[in-house]
Amino acid sequence: MRRTVFPNKVLPWVLLAPQLAITLIFFYWPAAQAFRQSVLREDPFGLSSKYVGLENFRKVFADPAYLNAMQVTVVFSLLVAFFALGIALFLAVQVEKLVRGKGFYRTMMIWPYAVAPAIAGMLWLFMFNPSFGTLAYPLRLMGIDWNPLLNGDQAMALVVAAATWKQISYNFLFFVAGLQAIPRSLLEAAAIDGANRRHAFWTIVFPLLAPTTFFLLVVNTVYALFDTFGIIHAVTSGGPGKSTETLVYKVYNDGFVNLIMGSSAAQSVILMVIVIALTAFQFRFIEKRVHYG
Amino acid sequence: MADTSQTPLTVRGPARTIAHLWMILGIIIVAFPVYYVFIASTHSVQTILRPPLPLLPGSEAIANYSDAFGGGIDRIGGVSLWRLLGNTTLIALGIALGKIAISMASAYAIVFFRFPFRMACFWLIFITLMLPVEVRIQPTYKVMVDLGLIDTYAGLILPLIASATATLLFRQFFMTIPDELLEAARVDGAGPWRFFKDILWPLSRTNVAAIFVIQFIYGWTQYLWPLLVTNSNEMNTIVIALKKMISFADADTPWNLVMVTSILAILPPVLVVVLMQRWFVKGLVETEK
Repeated sequence: MRRTVFPNKVLPWVLLAPQLAITLIFFYWPAAQAFRQSVLREDPFGLSSKYVGLENFRKVFADPAYLNAMQVTVVFSLLVAFFALGIALFLAVQVEKLVRGKGFYRTMMIWPYAVAPAIAGMLWLFMFNPSFGTLAYPLRLMGIDWNPLLNGDQAMALVVAAATWKQISYNFLFFVAGLQAIPRSLLEAAAIDGANRRHAFWTIVFPLLAPTTFFLLVVNTVYALFDTFGIIHAVTSGGPGKSTETLVYKVYNDGFVNLIMGSSAAQSVILMVIVIALTAFQFRFIEKRVHYG
Repeated sequence: MADTSQTPLTVRGPARTIAHLWMILGIIIVAFPVYYVFIASTHSVQTILRPPLPLLPGSEAIANYSDAFGGGIDRIGGVSLWRLLGNTTLIALGIALGKIAISMASAYAIVFFRFPFRMACFWLIFITLMLPVEVRIQPTYKVMVDLGLIDTYAGLILPLIASATATLLFRQFFMTIPDELLEAARVDGAGPWRFFKDILWPLSRTNVAAIFVIQFIYGWTQYLWPLLVTNSNEMNTIVIALKKMISFADADTPWNLVMVTSILAILPPVLVVVLMQRWFVKGLVETEK
């Protein structure tokens, strides 16, 4: 606890004012409105509304389109997290085997972090679009009927690839840091015991990386849930059909394109609950990480 | 003395070569999509539309880039490439600098002053972590309409500069400043502004650089927010403009110019990451704590 402070009574409020004002106007007020709208039914023009209790939530959970979006989101998030973590861990282990070139490899691995998700999606669309994508061409030659604009599974594969590609750099950086934090003595002891490398990796290195892996799992899930909106909007617009419509895309689409306010607000509230759960989970877990780290 | 860059994870002989090969393959996969678009940006539309694309740059680079800057993009989206780059730079800088300014100010108030509801204010800011724009799209849009902020730079920047992460980071850093430093400054008669300017700011500079890099990229890569609060093409960021160009795609779309625009949308933030790598890594690791 700090003992010495400045005595001013008004100045701290002046310093806090900009942040508090923006927070209240753009965060709390709209969030409160989302809660309010989620229990009201409003006509699309906002002329009249009435209280309907949890009716909107009941409707949302009974809506096959919402359940579909939920399923799409789970599949999409699991695939992105699995591939982005797996590939990044593999490459981080490879780079830690080396003495020379580490700095160069790191620089070459991390820059996709700076590419906007929407652009990552477009890059993959350019390569794989059915009309002039250079990589769609060999797929066609192999006899695959490649058309992600018509085939739902192929569209999913495309957005998963783009989302994974963009996230590898982030995970790579954290895995490298995690590997470097493993105490040398443990690894040396394993080497003296004659453990073969593969065995040593799964019994020593991988368990010791668990805090990093869990942390990244949460971050990747949040990324797949929210930050990938740009990829989906730019590449598939949720289609074909609704095969790539995630929860966030559906909130946007219902509230903004289809103007179904009550339902969109109820969906926003559900999303808020998901974020709060994930954040709480992350913070509980980070406390542990600090404790052991 | 053993070579300090060796760790127990280090391997020798063929295993090392294999590790190098895997890394090279990794880099190729990571770089290929951008390389592909770069190559496409140096070819004519006819070459792009006739796959497979050659793997080496073509001869149209100068023609494509000068056309894109000299009016080619205006023909597709009605707005010049300069304007798009200018908008995006302004928004990214506004968000990064705005965030640093307001979160430094609020962290300074919370750490170096005592006043009623101090911790309540802290929690009020902290909880915004759980309210990303995606969960309050429609009501936030309504606030923007009511305040007349649609299609304005203020509307694109202001709602994004309140950031719990930056405030938390500065608070954490300010708390590590020893009490004695503040005592000594106060004995010497320094007020809040003097203390900030002469002592705290010089100590904070690496943290500021780290947050700047992360937030500049955050601002440059925004998508959902600019999509919501802009209707006029004049206010587009380069990312949104690119999306509009490809969604009205038809046989006449000048794909070579689309590729040039993609490269220019990618290049500035990538340069920031590569040139400010040290601060980037620091910022990334610390903002996620």
